[in-house]
Order: sequence, then C-alpha cells, then structure tokens
Amino acid sequence: MCLAVPARIVELQGTTATVSVDGALRDVDVSLIEGPRLGDYVLVHAGFAIHRWERSDVEELEAIRAAAGLREATT
Amino acid sequence: MKTLVESIAGLSQQLGRDVKFMEVCGTHTMAAFRSGLRQLLPGSVRLVSGPGCPVCVTDPGYIDAAIDLCGRSDVMIATFGDLVRVPGTESTLERERAAGASVRIVYSPSDALVLARECPSKNVVFLGVGFETTAPTVAWAIWRAARDEVRNFSVLCAHKTMPQAMDALLRENAVKIDGFLCPGHVSVITGAHIYRFICEHYHIPCVVSGFEAWDMMKSVAMLLQQLADGRAEVENEYSRSVNDFGNLAAQQLMDEVFEPCDCVWRGLGPIPGSGLAIRDKYAQFDAAKALGVTFREAHINPLCRCGAVLRGVATPLDCRLFGRPCSPAHPVGPCMVSSEGVCAAYFKYERVAA
Amino acid sequence: MRRDRILLAHGGGGTLTRELIEKLFLPNLDNPLLKPLDDSAVLVMGGNSYAFTTDSYVVKPYLFPGGDIGRLAVCGTVNDLVVMGAQPLWLSLGFILEEGLLLADLQTIVESIRTTATEAGVQVVTGDTKVVERGKCEGLYINTAGIGRVMTPHPLGAARVKPGDAVIINGPIGEHGVAVMSRREGIAFQTNIVSDCAPLWPLVQPIVNTKADIHAMRDPTRGGVAAAVCDIARAANVGIRLREDALPISREVRGACDLLGLDPLTIANEGKVMVFCRATDAERVLAAMKAHLLGTESRIIGEVSETPPGMALLRTTIGGERIIDMPTGEDVPRIC
Repeated sequence: MCLAVPARIVELQGTTATVSVDGALRDVDVSLIEGPRLGDYVLVHAGFAIHRWERSDVEELEAIRAAAGLREATT
Repeated sequence: MKTLVESIAGLSQQLGRDVKFMEVCGTHTMAAFRSGLRQLLPGSVRLVSGPGCPVCVTDPGYIDAAIDLCGRSDVMIATFGDLVRVPGTESTLERERAAGASVRIVYSPSDALVLARECPSKNVVFLGVGFETTAPTVAWAIWRAARDEVRNFSVLCAHKTMPQAMDALLRENAVKIDGFLCPGHVSVITGAHIYRFICEHYHIPCVVSGFEAWDMMKSVAMLLQQLADGRAEVENEYSRSVNDFGNLAAQQLMDEVFEPCDCVWRGLGPIPGSGLAIRDKYAQFDAAKALGVTFREAHINPLCRCGAVLRGVATPLDCRLFGRPCSPAHPVGPCMVSSEGVCAAYFKYERVAA
Repeated sequence: MRRDRILLAHGGGGTLTRELIEKLFLPNLDNPLLKPLDDSAVLVMGGNSYAFTTDSYVVKPYLFPGGDIGRLAVCGTVNDLVVMGAQPLWLSLGFILEEGLLLADLQTIVESIRTTATEAGVQVVTGDTKVVERGKCEGLYINTAGIGRVMTPHPLGAARVKPGDAVIINGPIGEHGVAVMSRREGIAFQTNIVSDCAPLWPLVQPIVNTKADIHAMRDPTRGGVAAAVCDIARAANVGIRLREDALPISREVRGACDLLGLDPLTIANEGKVMVFCRATDAERVLAAMKAHLLGTESRIIGEVSETPPGMALLRTTIGGERIIDMPTGEDVPRIC
C-alpha cells in the first residue's frame, strides 16, 4: 500500500544514492538494502531504497508496460 | 492484455459461480480504478477493497492529537502529504496550517530528521502512519536520531501491520471473500510467507500482486486458477520485487525500534497485536511520551460509512454522505480524502453522473 | 463561513478555486461580461471585439529552469488573450517587491519581460511599483492586465464547444509544473525538464487563419489538462473523452511524476494550448499547428460527446474508462 517506484542508481556515496526515474533525480537512503552498486535498479519508497532489482526484473516491467500499450511522446 | 482478459473470462465461466476477491491494499484500489481494469473483468468476478489504506484506518483521535500538538508554539509537525486533509473531529492539519500552525509536508522521514537538525529550537514531531512498507523508514529515522542524539525529534506513532487485520476480517466473516490480492510492497519488506495462515486456517487462496494493470489482472487469473484447482496457496505474482522471506535488514530495524501492540483501526475496532509501538529503549523519541500527548475520544459522524467500506461490507455508493456533502474537496471521512481511499476512488474515477 | 480560512488549495485552480468564485465573487460581482468566466472577458468597443484579462504571479521560486516570474507574467497574460482568439497588444505591469530583493534579480526579471514581450509582440504600456516589508511577500509578486483584439469571426468560449468536436493539444504536458517543483524547497529533486513557458499567438495565429470552425481554446495552466477539460465540460454541458494513449507526456515528466506520486494531467503548463474545433476541421488545424515550432508534436487527444454531460473521462491504455476528476488544488507529493 504504498507508492514505490523503480529507479536506477546513478551516484553512490556511503548510504546515500542519487537515483534516476527516467531522468528525474533524487537522493535516497540505501541503508535498507545490501550491497548497492552504481547502475543497480532499486525500488524506492518514502526516500528509501527497499529492494534491489535484477536487470531481468526491469525487463519484465518494461515488457508488462509495453503489453499494456503504454507509450511515451517522442521528445 | 487481451489474452489475459479472455483467460479470466474463460476461467470464471469454468468455475461457474460469482466470486469476490479482496484487494487489501489502497494502492491496489487506486491502480485498479485508475487503469479502468475493473471494467475488463467479467460480471462474475468482483473486486472488493479492504482496509489497506493507512490513512483511512487511522483513528480520528490521532489527527486530533496531532492538531493539539501543532497548537504548541514549540512544536513543528512534519508529515506525509497524505495526512494534511484528513478530518479530525473539528479541523484538519491543512486548516491549522492556514491558521498559522507549523505543519510541514515531507517526502521522507529522513527529511523530518533533517528539519529537526535545522530547527533546534523546535520539537519536530513526525506523524508515523503507514504499514510495513513505511515503518522501516521511520524506524531508521528514530534509530538515527538516537545514534546522533537529535533530541528535538520524535514520532507520533500509529503504524499498523497487515496480517492481524486480514485475520480479523476473516473472523468477522461479514463478507465472503474468495481470494486475496495481497499487498505487493508490504510483502517486499515482510516476505510472502506472512499470508500462509490465511491459506492454512481459512483455505482461501492468496496471490501477492504487483501494481501494474497487468500484474493485477494476472493475479486475478491466478486466483481463479487456484479456485478451479481447489488449491489455497500463497502464490507470488510480483516476483520481481517480492520473495518469501522479505527484506531482513528492514525487519531487523523494525524489530529494534518497534514492538507489537494492540491498537484501534477505524472501522474495524481494536485488533490485538496489529500496531507498532516504539520500544521503551527509544521512549525519548516517542512523541506521545516525550511531549505528553493525550488521545481523546474522537467524534465520528454517525452517517459516515468509512468503517463498513473498509471491511468490504458496503460500497461508497451505499453511504448517504457520498458526493453530498462528502467529496474530495470537502471530505467527511478519511476514505474520501485519502489518495488511496475507496470513496475517493469511486468519486474520482467511477461515480455515476449526478 | 465566518471561521473558515483561505487555504493554499484555493489558489490551485481546482475545485476550491471554483467554489470561491461561485460562492463569494460571483454573487457580489456578477454581470453578463464576467459570467462566462472564460480566460478573458470580451468587450465590444467601436465595433471591434477586444479581449481583456488580468493575472497575478506568485510563483516560487521566481527563477526556475526555463524561465522566471517575468517571462511567466508576460506569457501567462498573453496566452489568456490568445485562447479567446485575440492578438495580444498591450499589457499593464504591477510589481509588489519585497524589501531586500536583490536588484540583480529584479534586473534579470525585467530583462526577461522585455525579451518575452518582444517575442509576444506586445508592449507594456502602464505599470506600478509597490514595496512591502521583508517577509511580506516572497521576493516579488507581479500583477498584470492584458488587452488584445479578437481576430476570429466569432468570440471563442467554452460554451460554444459542441458534441463531435475534436480536442487537440500542441505538445507534451506537465513540463512547467515539474520544472518549478524541482526547485522548490522540501521536495527537491533534479531534472532536466525546463518550463515550456512560451507566448502562443505565433502558434495560434495560423490556426485562426485556417478559418477552421474553432469553438474554444484553453491554456491548461494551474490544475493542468484535467482542470481545463473539467471546466469546459461543465461550462458547455458536454462530455469530453481523452485517450490515454494519445496524451503526449515525455519520459522525464512521467519519471518525475512517478517519483513524486503526481498525475501529469493535473500539472501546470505554460506553453500549451488545447483547441476544440469541429471534427471535420481537425486535420486542417492539426497540420497548421504542426507546421509551427511550438506545435511540432501536436496531437488529437480526444473528442467531445453528448454524454455524460458535464464530465470528462479518460479512456485508459488497457481499454477501460475512468473519470478525469477536477483536481482539488494542492499538488502534494504522496507516499500512499
């Protein structure tokens, strides 16, 4: 019951990571997940990363969204 | 998506009876309405919303206590945006802010801790509302405040946990639930095993579901399949985020800072062991103790049917107040103001044109 | 009502703003010229129709990616005239400055007003300056009024929208609101999104010149596309259906909205115009829009129907339908 969004770690310093959600950047705390690395995808809720995704998980989400017909404007 | 829709229709037809699946989690409620997926389900499959909206099940006495607190000149309330418009007995945090009270909206409990560091002359009280997804983040803030000796930070704690509420609903047996779509993000923290008791005790199938329309439709199909097979198991549709045991670091942190307690859920009444209380070890960060908060008996409008709606016993359309006067702009009960409230979902996305 | 107070949401352009207008302003001020509550009033003088509008700008922070309060003031006012089918001509400019405001900042803003006014083809013909004590306003507030000459054969307005009309927009939504939010304290996040703030007469003039049967135009500012379609559906007593898969939203805006828990449909735009025209003219209008720099990504995003009267709906990507609700007024990032 909470909004959580997948984001990619683009910077990492100690327990603070800068994550990107399609280019929107925010700092989040990564204390709750193990061994975060640059480039990892994480699930973010209330400013914390609560789960780390594998590349295959990200691909699964992309496939699901494509199947549902979500497309973006070309900008 | 078409194949899924057809598969659901086929499975339902095979089953030969109407079924009601409860999606416990408020975010699921909203996702279902926002995507319009309820219209893709056959009439024989109904989705019913449950009490998984942390704002909706917060006792109005808690809001009253928060409002009392923000009347103190030395207190700054820090809160998630979700809470500011929830009606207490007489007012809301939004109105109090308009009248001059110090109420700040934050995105994360860590932001509230930063506020405390930046405003040493104020007692920053964070309103700790939310289930197992959010509780670890608040636990972190308390643990960190303790480690760094941030003395002007505390939490007014109203966190709750899901399994006991689901059990209470089933024991009450007011609604026949044929299957559960289990909360996806709570399960990221707790692990999917927490729902096993539902299958073992009540023989009701459970599927942990993600939040895309696809995830929810797939979960519905999986539930139908279980019913057709006569199984009652916990299955995990949201395997990209959820596993059986959950996030151990988050669980440990929660256990370090919180302990289970009895608490009152709006609409469901008191449920033993369903709340989280701050352990004595961290008492100085418990706003109720540190700042001497008294919880008064709150007055609830007797016509407000949020309670029944939260138990799946009534729909918002059954409430006399729905739409007039209760609407997102002028909510009477929390189910209308919460961004995840069922009444808000009905009003925003599916109300019958007046 | 006596103990009630003004809430931030009253300024959000959503339900509460509308209530304030209907319950307080209209009963006291109502007259036939005000009643349509379109973006501008239409006044007839000497045989010509003029559009007349007023606006105030309190955006925080006053400098943001892609613009500043000065540029916003010109564009916002000018666009309220443009959507009535009027060529903007003259602006008034009133400053309320906070004691302590850096002159360098004021200079930046005034220069921005100058360049934007030139871009928009308008002149600032009268002005005023007031200064208030430190803390009484945030940097500066700007108030404007604008006058333009209506160039369409009939005045445009929400009440003229009819079932069957096409709904067209000139490009991706949500950019201005997200750009401003990214600089606001307390919800800091970074993004490459810049405000789409732009004066729209250069885009709208060719639309008007097509002589297509345009019924209404609306710039979806506060409250976003959602507020705009809800307003028009209500004023015209028609149903408006938008298609989710046709809505232009950039990846970055979607990411920012996902991050903050916001709905792109409710976020302010300052360089977008929605055109409601007779269906058979839609392709012609679209072509004219696409030929202009400000309209290269124009799209037909929906249509008007008889039912359900007074409501706006969204046909979702998976084929369901839901109501587009009038936003209440405050965009707060949520966790639930």
